[in-house]
Amino acid sequence: MPSEIETVALSEADVAAIRADFPILAERVNGHRLVYLDSAATAQKPEAVLDAEREFLIRRHAAVHRGAHTLAAEATEEFEDARAAVADFIGARADETVWTTNATAAINLIAYSLSNASSSAEFGRLALGPGDEIVTTEREHHANLIPWQQLAQRTGATLRHLPVDDDGALLLDELDGVVGERTRVLAFAHVSNVTGTLAPVSELVARARAVGALVVLDACQAVPQLPFDVRALDVDFAVFSGHKLYGPGGIGVLYGRRELLEAMPPFLTGGSMITTVTMERAEFLPPPQRFEAGTQPVSQVVGLAAAVRYLRGIGMDRVAGHGRGLGERMASGLAEIPGVRVIGNGERVGLVAFDLRGVHAHDVGQFLDDRGIAVRVGHHCAQPLHRRLGLTASVRASAAVHTTDCEVDAFLAAVADAAEFFERMR
Amino acid sequence: MTPSSDFATLYQELILDHAGAGEGRGETTGFQPQSHQVNPTCGDEITLGVRLIGDRIDEVRWHGHGCAISQASASLLTGLVAGSSIAEARELLARFREVMRSRGTLELDEATFGDAVALNGVSRYVARVKCAMLAWVALEDALDHAPDA
Ligand SMILES: Cc1ncc(COP(=O)(O)O)c(C=O)c1O
Repeated sequence: MPSEIETVALSEADVAAIRADFPILAERVNGHRLVYLDSAATAQKPEAVLDAEREFLIRRHAAVHRGAHTLAAEATEEFEDARAAVADFIGARADETVWTTNATAAINLIAYSLSNASSSAEFGRLALGPGDEIVTTEREHHANLIPWQQLAQRTGATLRHLPVDDDGALLLDELDGVVGERTRVLAFAHVSNVTGTLAPVSELVARARAVGALVVLDACQAVPQLPFDVRALDVDFAVFSGHKLYGPGGIGVLYGRRELLEAMPPFLTGGSMITTVTMERAEFLPPPQRFEAGTQPVSQVVGLAAAVRYLRGIGMDRVAGHGRGLGERMASGLAEIPGVRVIGNGERVGLVAFDLRGVHAHDVGQFLDDRGIAVRVGHHCAQPLHRRLGLTASVRASAAVHTTDCEVDAFLAAVADAAEFFERMR
Repeated sequence: MTPSSDFATLYQELILDHAGAGEGRGETTGFQPQSHQVNPTCGDEITLGVRLIGDRIDEVRWHGHGCAISQASASLLTGLVAGSSIAEARELLARFREVMRSRGTLELDEATFGDAVALNGVSRYVARVKCAMLAWVALEDALDHAPDA
């Protein structure tokens, strides 16, 4: 009987066709065909994205929402069409979809807007201050931790966190104790960039709703791997980076519920976000423009829309099935190698991190690199989680739509060989 | 599949042995001056202490965690600088840094560096130079804080 994964996964022929879309996969590294297992850091780009950007730059490039010449008007239309396409991809409305540089910038936008609200009469509804609490988790990427630390420092609010267990899973038993009447913001990752496992989003959102806290979802690792719908998830904000979604660098997305965005003061201010300006003051445009000060990265936006179209063409259910299958293959294969500790268990996407006992992650990574296999080594911008797990660093392999079972097997064989090579150190 | 020759040079036996044995690894209490260094990309860290007699390095002790390259480098440094003057240690340090940053174009000479020439392979791996440098940067910082520095 076919399993659920097989029914929605990609066939070998599908993946072969997808691979032909990614020029970089033909590269050789250290004498071997590149095996790219670092898509969680940044994804490779399909031809469709590269072409869309190039086409735009060659034929239609102009500044948007400024000027009235033909190119400017067309570029503006394309820019806004791209917004609609990306918004639709995540189940949002275009006027709830704000362009940012990346996820880090999006989270900082929220955090700085909230602190600006705290010193504003006009936007005081969202003010934070002493006695208020901001909650994040022990397994966040630094991008979803440090902006909240800083917001707490600026406003006098208290930062708390939901702890994790020995496997890096969120301790739901603690949820009601940590998230309470004082909680104003609950920020967490949908999919951990270290464990690759999913957070119990509905439980966390339900608790936040019960206490009236805003939910900020870090969707960086979720949007590239899962069908994603902000309405179904019922979150207030969601952020992700285009470069992890097979799109260009320098473009990210902040989704915010319309009435919240309307109630928020700007973070960055300047051109393109105003209506009337005098020497003393300015009126701000409504969202999303209110949060898009300065000349916008139009070709990147166009490229991101192409990435979203590309993924739609494959089907996010199949992307998810493929990722899940690869994640399972990596996790179960690693678990059989003596000395390997797989970090995290439970439902995972195509991402797994592990520790090889007695051998530093850098050394394992170097061994793999020697065979053209690119993985991430280090703390993956999640020092508190690593500390909690008793590690300073780990090795992370993350798959993409173009990853094959064969590549996963080559990776597993290389880890087994690395374990043997470094035997004497253990 | 056998490792490439560059890899085999990088992780030659001497490196693995030094990384495992770790000459000088131990408690640094009472060793002054001291320095604590962190490699921000991987979180590796070292605390390295020097015991000086006059302007001579009597003994180096260190502890921390890191990859084989950083551990081997700390171990090799320990043997190399023991008994040298601060000025001599600084010279070794300058040359070591120059070679590590040379992208494989310079080599440590055996007459001066002894077993530490095993680290020559590192300079081809730009991403690993910081690993090899960690203990040396700690030594440099410690010496900068020596009483008469
Ligand atoms: C879960 C998670 N959050 C946030 C980020 C930050 O993304 P960026 O560096 O693109 O802003 C990353 C990736 O680095 C991530 O994996």
